Amino acid sequence: MASSGNRVLPGFGLSLGYTLVYLSLIVLIPLAAVFLKASSLGVAQFWDVVTSPSVVASYKLSFGASLLAAAINSVFGLMLAWALVRYSFPGKRLVDALVDLPFALPTAVAGIALTALYAPNGWVGQYLEPLGIKVAFTPLGVLVALIFIGLPFVVRTVQPILEDLDTEFEEAAVSLGADRWQAFRHVVFPTLMPALMTGFAMAFARAVGEYGSVIFIAGNIPMVSEITPLMIITKLEQYDYAGATAIAVVMLVFSFALLLLINGLQTWTAKRTGRAR
Amino acid sequence: MSTTRSLLRPVLGLIAGMALVSSGPALADTTLLNVSYDVARELYKDINPAFVAQWQRTTGEKLTVNQSHGGSSKQIQSVIAGLEADVVTMNQASDIDVLAKNGLASADWRKAFPHGAAPYSSATIFLVRKGNPKGIKDWNDLARPGLGVVVPNPKTSGNGRYTYLAAWGYALSKGGNDAAAKDFVHKLFANVPVFDGGGRGATTTFTQRGIGDVLVTFENEAVLIDQEVGGDKFDVVYPSISIDASAPVAIVNKVVDKKGSRKAATAYLNFLYSPEGQEIIAKHYFRPRDAAVLKKYAARFPAIKTFTVEEKFGSWDAVQKTHFADGGIYDQIVVKR
Repeated sequence: MASSGNRVLPGFGLSLGYTLVYLSLIVLIPLAAVFLKASSLGVAQFWDVVTSPSVVASYKLSFGASLLAAAINSVFGLMLAWALVRYSFPGKRLVDALVDLPFALPTAVAGIALTALYAPNGWVGQYLEPLGIKVAFTPLGVLVALIFIGLPFVVRTVQPILEDLDTEFEEAAVSLGADRWQAFRHVVFPTLMPALMTGFAMAFARAVGEYGSVIFIAGNIPMVSEITPLMIITKLEQYDYAGATAIAVVMLVFSFALLLLINGLQTWTAKRTGRAR
Repeated sequence: MSTTRSLLRPVLGLIAGMALVSSGPALADTTLLNVSYDVARELYKDINPAFVAQWQRTTGEKLTVNQSHGGSSKQIQSVIAGLEADVVTMNQASDIDVLAKNGLASADWRKAFPHGAAPYSSATIFLVRKGNPKGIKDWNDLARPGLGVVVPNPKTSGNGRYTYLAAWGYALSKGGNDAAAKDFVHKLFANVPVFDGGGRGATTTFTQRGIGDVLVTFENEAVLIDQEVGGDKFDVVYPSISIDASAPVAIVNKVVDKKGSRKAATAYLNFLYSPEGQEIIAKHYFRPRDAAVLKKYAARFPAIKTFTVEEKFGSWDAVQKTHFADGGIYDQIVVKR
């Protein structure tokens, strides 16, 4: 292994030290506190808390809806990014700015607005109700809120890659006999894949931890539409700090494992398509 | 619509309150901070200037009273974490017990002021849609299959907890045993379509989203909606029996001793019991303790039979352990809805 003295760029020691200190202060110490607090429960007690039926139901909803929302956002976010980069149309700048709105909007405002829209007497909800579709106060409502808050992540990660991607590659592919679909499938898509997966991972991570916008639309019915962050808040409301951190630990471990997996997949696809950087 | 706006405002206020716990500039002993629960905001907005004026008249001192509102448990957590509250004014005794356990309030805080240190109370009652189309008269109607009953989450809201306990107490009062009461409460909570985090959220769900046939909430909230917000869209229904939701107050010893504000803080809480304070309380649809004031506002407060938590359940501690703790009866009920 090369020692830091052999590196071409100076300042390795300084920047690594800074990275570690910064990460510790901002990320690791608070997380360690969570683990420490949770460890005040015995193993059996910890297990009871994190496997109680309503908590398990909330994992399924939180992780399931988050994965689904991130997947839906990947498809439609890619389309949005494509439209924004490849075409020019009146109002394009405005649409571009609109994409960031879910970032900027306080999540509670988003939650209240979505609930008002999709409630059975809301603008949209009143037309869905006769069709037997209930959005607000069901798991579907949770999904809608998570799609809303996750959209910018996919668009904003894919967009710059798409901008860098010269149309010459596609033209070359087409001139070599590929049809439009083949050009997209074999030339454009593999290039975008790593960015798309990053966007997916970020949208997913955000959705798992989301509280503000979901809580208004979820209806919070035990076993049906309670998200895991609500279970944590519920424990806190009852001054059960250890129980709350126990659930938080499970969420952390789950999320970290999933993010690792997605990162691994990303590296793998990048290597496979020969674009490892 | 103005009704929409006037209901939305407290909701937005709640959100703002969650985001930022307001505490004014700390000016030694001339400032009091009252840390309170969410829907008491309007009440203390009226109480504070009245007390400040009275304090100035009697002592000649200038005083500022700041107020902070939010979900009750969150507020207590802030006080434990160091928010310098001189007094706390809550809607259930268990929250103040937590302060006492942490050494911030006296263990016998209930004895520090009259009426178990609760200057007013409310009761859990029903608000139904105009004309009461579903014919909801009493607790047993709420357990009818197919009815929508809007109740805030008992795990996160004192309001919801009182509703649960009131229903339980009703079942016992009908001669049932604990098993019958559990069955009854189970049926009632199976009818809840949405569990909001707090009382105001439940109000919004019922009045603005049009969810459910009946809202079960505190009398002050129900009557306020009926009289001042809802126009003629709702009717208030008083059940045959309800729970006495006393709103307890306490002095935070640790803070008043440090700030030297015990005298003012005590006077502030005593003011709540004065005829002037009681009158303001009655105007906000909370049931005053003062017999004369209660008589004056008798039209607002129909006689209702109530029981206290201590009478039916022993203590808040017991309630918490048996009913709301993890794996307690409430958990068992909602898991098999």
